[in-house]
Amino acid sequence: MSTERNEPREPDDAARADGASPEGAVPEPAGTATTPTAGATTGGPDPAAPAGPERAESPLAKARMSKADKIDRLAQLTAQRTTSSGDSLWVAAFRRLRSSKMAIIGAVIIAVFVLLAIVGPWIAPYSPTAQTWRGEVFSNRGIFVGPRAENWLGLDNLGRDQLSRLLVGARQTLLVGVVATVIGFVVGALIGGLSGAALALGGRTGQRIDTVIMRFIDMMLALPSLLLAVSIAAVMGQSLTTVMIAVGVVQIPIFARLLRGSMLAQANADYVLAARSLGVRRRRIVLAHVLPNSLGPVIVQCTLVLATAIIEAAALSFLGLGNLDAAQPEWGVMLAQAQRFFDAAPMLAVWPALGIIITALGFTLLGEAMREALDPKLRS
Amino acid sequence: MSLLELNDIKVHFPVRRGILFDRVVGHVQAVDGISLSVEAGQTYGLVGESGCGKTTLGRAILRLVDITGGEVLFDGTDLAQLPEEEMRRSRRRLQMVFQDPLGSLNPRQNIESILAEGMAAHGIGGNREERRAKILKVLDRVGLPDSALARYPHEFSGGQRQRIGIARALVLEPDVIICDEPVSALDVSIQAQVINLLEELQEQLGLTYVVIAHDLAVVRHISDVIGVMYLGSLVEEANSDDLYANPQHPYTKALMSAVPVPDPEVEDTRERILLTGDLPSPSNPPAGCRFHTRCPWKQPTRCDTERPVLTDTGSGHRVACHFVNEIASGELAPTSALAPEILGASGDGEPSGAAAETDADAPGQGGTPA
Repeated sequence: MSTERNEPREPDDAARADGASPEGAVPEPAGTATTPTAGATTGGPDPAAPAGPERAESPLAKARMSKADKIDRLAQLTAQRTTSSGDSLWVAAFRRLRSSKMAIIGAVIIAVFVLLAIVGPWIAPYSPTAQTWRGEVFSNRGIFVGPRAENWLGLDNLGRDQLSRLLVGARQTLLVGVVATVIGFVVGALIGGLSGAALALGGRTGQRIDTVIMRFIDMMLALPSLLLAVSIAAVMGQSLTTVMIAVGVVQIPIFARLLRGSMLAQANADYVLAARSLGVRRRRIVLAHVLPNSLGPVIVQCTLVLATAIIEAAALSFLGLGNLDAAQPEWGVMLAQAQRFFDAAPMLAVWPALGIIITALGFTLLGEAMREALDPKLRS
Repeated sequence: MSLLELNDIKVHFPVRRGILFDRVVGHVQAVDGISLSVEAGQTYGLVGESGCGKTTLGRAILRLVDITGGEVLFDGTDLAQLPEEEMRRSRRRLQMVFQDPLGSLNPRQNIESILAEGMAAHGIGGNREERRAKILKVLDRVGLPDSALARYPHEFSGGQRQRIGIARALVLEPDVIICDEPVSALDVSIQAQVINLLEELQEQLGLTYVVIAHDLAVVRHISDVIGVMYLGSLVEEANSDDLYANPQHPYTKALMSAVPVPDPEVEDTRERILLTGDLPSPSNPPAGCRFHTRCPWKQPTRCDTERPVLTDTGSGHRVACHFVNEIASGELAPTSALAPEILGASGDGEPSGAAAETDADAPGQGGTPA
């Protein structure tokens, strides 16, 4: 049993040309443990199981041991599968991702959020814009209706159902985050890719192109991101599209620098030199070798940026640069509106804020886990 | 005529500094005027300490770095003058094996794709099946199983990865393979396997090797001719037995004396030359002989003003030293000021050596400048 476990761990042995027959070296002690009845006692060789008194309380301990042993063996089985079949890096990274608690929590949060964004309008108990309980709120000025059987999260300042607004608002919030990230990623990756490719293709011209592009990107980076977003939003006028573009533009230099730096690092890798020595064309080197190997960090950045994009979009909405139609629910807008009544009804602000925080946390967790899974240092 | 001939090869890397557009403020003279020739079917070994430019020279042959000056004559054509596209095509006949077996393999490609890459670039093997058949043949040659095809570099051990690197070069049926430290990243037991493999392949396929290494034992074992490099230039060149039996350049002598002898009596009594000081910076190499700052045989004249050229001292043994004959005949003794640590047969060198190390100017106990 354990011979099988060991073999794939030492692949060199199997292929050793000199035929030093390492198979002979391993199996002797393991062969004895292979008898099927020994299933319960194979815990024996386990260093954690000392001899003597422990043996006396046998049946229970044995049962426990065998269980642990079984689990161990199962784990070994999966380990075997990972090493024996040809796994691309992405597959291996995905496998690591799947076994990371952080990634699973993050993915679950994101899944719930996306689901809400899709079905929110249908599962919302009431219309998010209708001021159904307007009279109730308006007749007692300053007193807000908290959670109750009809309205689980209470009413807002205009007598609208808070839960319905949150559910429907998820879609807008996700849309802003995704579109802003896509804008930042596409434009940033194009600029960064161009710069990196120019540099990787070599020559003084390439270096000049890179220098010009990068100084421009540095200028963008030098502006505080929120200030840049506010200026863009102010110039373009108030709308949801504006918010998306403004938040997206802020992300451009980050993506550009990241991809360019990543490409630069890959362009100096040995395998690129090897490809050149093979006689591979420069264009193919950049497109087939440098670029795919540079994308890992950029993809991780996408998930991290999604979180910040949602927060920044909320901030812009909060500053009043968001959707013109303030009746349409969006978490940032809701937060901004609730601010005026924070003294009287803090919960009005807490719900959308919680939504934003949890969603951002979900994306951050997944992003961090992806970064770890793709880290070449953990590759083995 | 030799298969590969280098004439006065120079590789100078510009050192740039500047804010917006960089200015060239100096040059690192990684390789500075090397001439050598490699015969077909032979192995040329290049040795030297880290930073002496041996890797750069290897890369310059393939034009993986820009050549500042000189000629690389391969089969009669000067590679240094070839246009980019023609150079790319001629790389089929000149291949390279790298030091870091994992780093030199793209982690996202499986073995089949890695080995097919070069064939695709040179249009060898019309379709996938033909290529695969050829790849399998080469894999078999280097001792890897067919199942390796679909696997990825990170799934192999160091020795296997280096075999993949060798297979990648072999697939193109090159004439010359430049091996840049082919075994220095491997375990000693695996080193022997890889070296034996390289030798087998040479026998079977009539390959010509340029082996770059810092391990003197490895180079001696595999090479027919050995060139010793110091600070970007060749200081001595001879066939391998001759060089090890009779090193003539002071630097080579020091290098050879660092190799331990597996005989306690010889080991205890043999002369060891310990060089003091560091390798000078290749961006500002010493005038005259590059080695004069550390040479135990340094003379007051010529050494620091006139750069010695490689001259034949008999039967193809070439040495770049003004005083090679005087040193060989014993007419010149090592100067004590620079090399007080030559441990003589007396065996009491330990304390004096330690003392001299702390004070390089200490007057020595014998050996006067001639």
